[in-house]
This record gives sequence, structure tokens and C-alpha cells, in this order.
Amino acid sequence: MSPSLRLYLPGDAAAVSVGADEIADCLHTEAKKRGLNIELVRTGTRGMLWLEPLLEVDIGGERYAFGPMLPEHVPALFDDAFSNAHDCALGPLEELDWMRGQTRWLYRRCGQTDPLNLDEYKANGGLDGLTKALASSSDDVIETVTKSGLRGRGGAGFPAGIKWKTAAGIDADQKYICCNADEGDSGTFADRILMEGDPSLIIEGMVIAGLAVGATQGLIYIRSEYPAAIATMKRAIEMWREVGLLGDDVMGSGRNFDMDVRRGAGSYVCGEESAMLESLEGKRGQVRAKPPIPAFEGLFGKPTIINNVLTLASVPDILAKGGEAYAAVGTGRSLGTQAFQLAGNIKCGGLIEAPFGVTLRELIEDFGGGTLSGRPLRAVQVGGPLGAYIPADQLDLVMDYEAFAAAGAMLGHGGIVVFDDTVDMARQAEFAMEFCVEESCGKCTPCRIGSVRGTETIAKIRKGENVEDNIALVEDLCTTMTDGSLCAMGGLTPMPVMSALKYFREDFETKTAPAAEEVAG
Amino acid sequence: MAHSKTSAIEAACARHNHRADALIEILHDVQHAQGCIDDEAARVIADKLNLSRADVQGVRSFYTDFTAEARRKTPVKICRAEACQAVGSDKLAAALETAGHDLETIFCLGNCALGPAVMVEDRLIGRATAERVAAQMERTK
Repeated sequence: MSPSLRLYLPGDAAAVSVGADEIADCLHTEAKKRGLNIELVRTGTRGMLWLEPLLEVDIGGERYAFGPMLPEHVPALFDDAFSNAHDCALGPLEELDWMRGQTRWLYRRCGQTDPLNLDEYKANGGLDGLTKALASSSDDVIETVTKSGLRGRGGAGFPAGIKWKTAAGIDADQKYICCNADEGDSGTFADRILMEGDPSLIIEGMVIAGLAVGATQGLIYIRSEYPAAIATMKRAIEMWREVGLLGDDVMGSGRNFDMDVRRGAGSYVCGEESAMLESLEGKRGQVRAKPPIPAFEGLFGKPTIINNVLTLASVPDILAKGGEAYAAVGTGRSLGTQAFQLAGNIKCGGLIEAPFGVTLRELIEDFGGGTLSGRPLRAVQVGGPLGAYIPADQLDLVMDYEAFAAAGAMLGHGGIVVFDDTVDMARQAEFAMEFCVEESCGKCTPCRIGSVRGTETIAKIRKGENVEDNIALVEDLCTTMTDGSLCAMGGLTPMPVMSALKYFREDFETKTAPAAEEVAG
Repeated sequence: MAHSKTSAIEAACARHNHRADALIEILHDVQHAQGCIDDEAARVIADKLNLSRADVQGVRSFYTDFTAEARRKTPVKICRAEACQAVGSDKLAAALETAGHDLETIFCLGNCALGPAVMVEDRLIGRATAERVAAQMERTK
């Protein structure tokens, strides 16, 4: 038998959704047929989702990429010894423009290593942050996180160091670390990719947070729509426990931290932190009035740190390299890197990790290659279903929390959904209200009733009934929802609605909206 | 028969140490095992967790993953959120409905760069077409 050939293929849900498992089967079958010995490692994804299934082959210590693979492409790979002549050959992976244009800190192991191999995790910088945290005082850890400028990646952008300091300063018999993995925004999948591709990094971040604020219990709340991520996180936690990285004696330090996975159950509003706490307590996911903030009174009334997956996962690296080094990239008060996600009608969709300060245009045109349909881009929704619609002439907007806020938009969790010119923006505004009807927890009136009235009124506008009066009514309703809702669900639903009205008013005023069918035909 | 059903529900409660905060995990287990959480199941759970039946039914009705009645057939879960709308999920939904599938609307499956996204049981389908969904449904039978 010839020496073993090392191949890498993502086991990520997105890659599997377009046939990665079939490619794995074909590789094994073909190798067997030829009497070849192959070692196939299932990794996370590199984030180049349009190239999935993306196969990588180790040739002389360098990874060569082939994609997107179809089963019929497999025999030829073996025929010409994985050479560059293959139809799917992309050349050395690290030299692809998409990879070179990024600053991959958070995702550097994603796609590179087996997500459930702790030795590989350690060999590639894993546990460096935790080792440092165990050797430092809790004040020093919090100081480093504060210096890094790390802000909450879930959307609100609240400084993580300040949140941690608040919880650390409270005397309590029990504190909790809750990782918010209820990634419900359409157009976002960064948490999912990391949970499936490098789960240990998230656990490490949670353990460090626990040590820093004096919490011994952690919970990661993962939406049920992510069965693969749930399975991977559960296995990773068991793995950590087995080698004593979780439990009564973390890394032999005598300190205690353990954690578990909790599943969501199909409710978008449970991504809101107080609704998530209710859900973690086994209740209906209804938001709580604030104050008190969770850092004072959170899970079961105890001080609780709630951070997004990416926030916690940024921490190990921050500790390993120092707060200043992390803060050296980015712009203004948006420091470090962010996982931007290109979605919707986009030619090359996927995940791009880049410093804040990159423009929307660079992401959509340089990385994304424009629309999938090839038609002109008309609108982009950034920050999920509660984010603003941005018109094509504003793509030079800089990815920065403050720049977005100043433009009446929201960076949110970094999701970018692209629409071409067949989109009916009045319909999108109507959908924003419908979504709120569907997902409102029902606790406050502006959200519960406002969304129903909003849906009805926009439907009237779309039918051409008293258009001007009804637009005025929607604007008035949006003001009430913005000012009067308990949380971001009702409070931000007006953002997509009002931005659609502001930039695409012609879609509301014409009785019959530009019909996609006619244009496409 | 009824007895074994009850004992399966009791076992789910025991697995989670009869903790009220694990109610959602228990409901997931029961929903998975019997395809729904009927009133009888809700009664047993309430009893075992020392909750009122209203508490259990309130939680069941809040979350879309839980149903009081079992579905007739395996639903095709289709994402109807923005990223999938941008690549024609509405048209796909219409086609799937015409083909006689039982549709369940989902808002985001986290496969937004490869939409339209569909899920059949735990199997995610990217760049979904009516043909690919039909093929997957055939495999799950």
C-alpha cells in the first residue's frame, strides 16, 4: 500500500447541505477501488460556502483546495494525482484571494483542524488564553478584556469588560455565565460555524469568563434549528470534562467551573437576553423589564454574564496576545475583528473575518462578487430582520458600530443580506411587521398589538388604499413601537420598515409594485 | 400501551432530575419520542415537576417546536426569512405545496449563503429545489 494521503473535508452543516457527505463516501469508495490508503479528516468550514463541498489535500505540507465538488469529480482527482489540472482545482488554499483578504483570528482553526481533537487544539494555540488566565488575578483578566475594547458581538455592542467588572464586583453565593447561541437573525451563521468548527474555543472563553467574575456554572443556549452545532458542543464539553479541563479542578488549578448545553425551541425572541434567561429557567420566553440588569440579577436571580458566542470566543486570544494587540486593529471604538456574513442573493456567500472599518462595498463586491442572479443590487439588509435596509448608493458605509448608528442603521451580529432589483420593498416592510407578529413574546402592547396593526396597514398600502394617510399612520405607529416597547423586538422592528419607506418610497406609492415575474421574464 | 407511554414521560422527567428549569429539555424529549405533547403528557409532566398544568401548557404553546397534536406526516421545514426570500423561497414554498408536502415555516436555518434552505428531520438541504426535497423525503420514508 502507498503512504497515506491526508484529505480534509468540512463536516459543517452548510457543506453537508450541498453534498459533503456524499463526497466523503465517494472518496472512500474510490480510494478502496484503487487500493489507496487515505485519511479523511472532517473539519469545520473555511467560510467559503459557495465553494462547498470544498476538499483540501495535503501536498508537501501545504493544503491544496478543490471545489465545489460533485461526486462525478472524484475519480479524476485520483486519475491525475490531485494535480492542478482538475476541473475543481483552486490552487493552494492560503493563496486564494478570499483567504488572503481576511484577518483570521477567531476562525483560524476553523477548517484547519478536527473540531473534536483536543491535541490539535492545543498544538494550534488552544488553551494559551486559559493558561494565562489561571496564572493571573481576576482583576487582571478583566483589565485585559477592557483594554482590548471588546464589545458584545450579539448586536448591542456593549463593552464586555464593563459587564464583567460589574458582575465580578457583586458578592453572591452563585453566579452564572450564559453563552447566547440563539443565532436567530436571518443572514447570520457565524456562531453556528464556530460551534461546529472550533467548539473548544467557545468553552475556553466561558471558563475564562467564569474565573474572572467568580462564576462556577455555565450554560450555552443553542437554538434547536442547529442540531449539528448542539451535538458538536455537547461532545466537546464531554471531552473537556474527561481530561479535567472542566469540573472541580480546572487544569489542576483547584478552581471549579462546569457547563452544559440548553436547547432553544423555535422562538426568535429568546435571543433577547432576558427572554433567554426565562427560557433557561424552563419558562415561556417572555422578556423581563430592566433594571435590574442580568449582571446584578440574572439566571435564578443571581449575577449572570450573558455574552454572545463570538464575544466569549474572542477572549482566549485577547488574553494570549494582550489587550493592546487586539485593539490595534479596527476603527474608532469598534476594535478587533468581526465575522461578517454574506448572505441572500450573493454570488460568493460565506463568512469573512476582517477588522472593523472594512466597507460594505468591499465585502459585497470584492469578496461577494455581486448578486447571484447577476442582476443589479438594489438593497442590503444588515444586522438581521431588525436591521435597516440600505440602498445600493450607500455601500461605502464603513462597518463600525457608530458609523452604522449615525446612518440610522445597525451592525448587529454582522449579517449582510443582499437583494437584487426584483425585490418589492413594500413587501419586505410588510414582512418585518409579520415577523414581529409571529415572534413577539406578547408582554408589551406596542410590540404585540403594534405589529398586527402595522401588518394590516402596510397590506392596505400595498393594495393602494389611502396610501398617503396609511403611510403617515405606519410612521406614527413606528414611533410608538420604537419608544414604547420593552425590548429590541418591538423597538427595532420599525428599523427595516422605516428604512424601506425612506429609501424605497416608490414601492409603497405605486399601486402595483414592480413584479418580479415580469422583470425576470 | 397507555401505561408504557406514561412511563416514558416519567423517565424523561427523571432523566432531568424532575427539575422545573429543565422543562424545555423534557418537552423536547417527549415531543421527539411521541411526536407531540398531548394534554395527558402535559398532566404527567406537571405532576412530576410539581408545576401547574397551566405552566406546562403555557410553555408548550409558547414554543413552535412543541405541538399538542402529532403531525400526519413528516413536515418539510422551509426557511421563509429574508436571506432565503432573496433567492426565491416563496416560489419554492409554492412549488412544494403544489407537490403535496406538509410545510412548516422556519425563520432561519443558518444556511443563509446557500439558500433557499430546507430541513427534513435533522437533514439540512442547501440550494433547495423541489426535486432535491422530494428525493430527501423519499430517503426518510
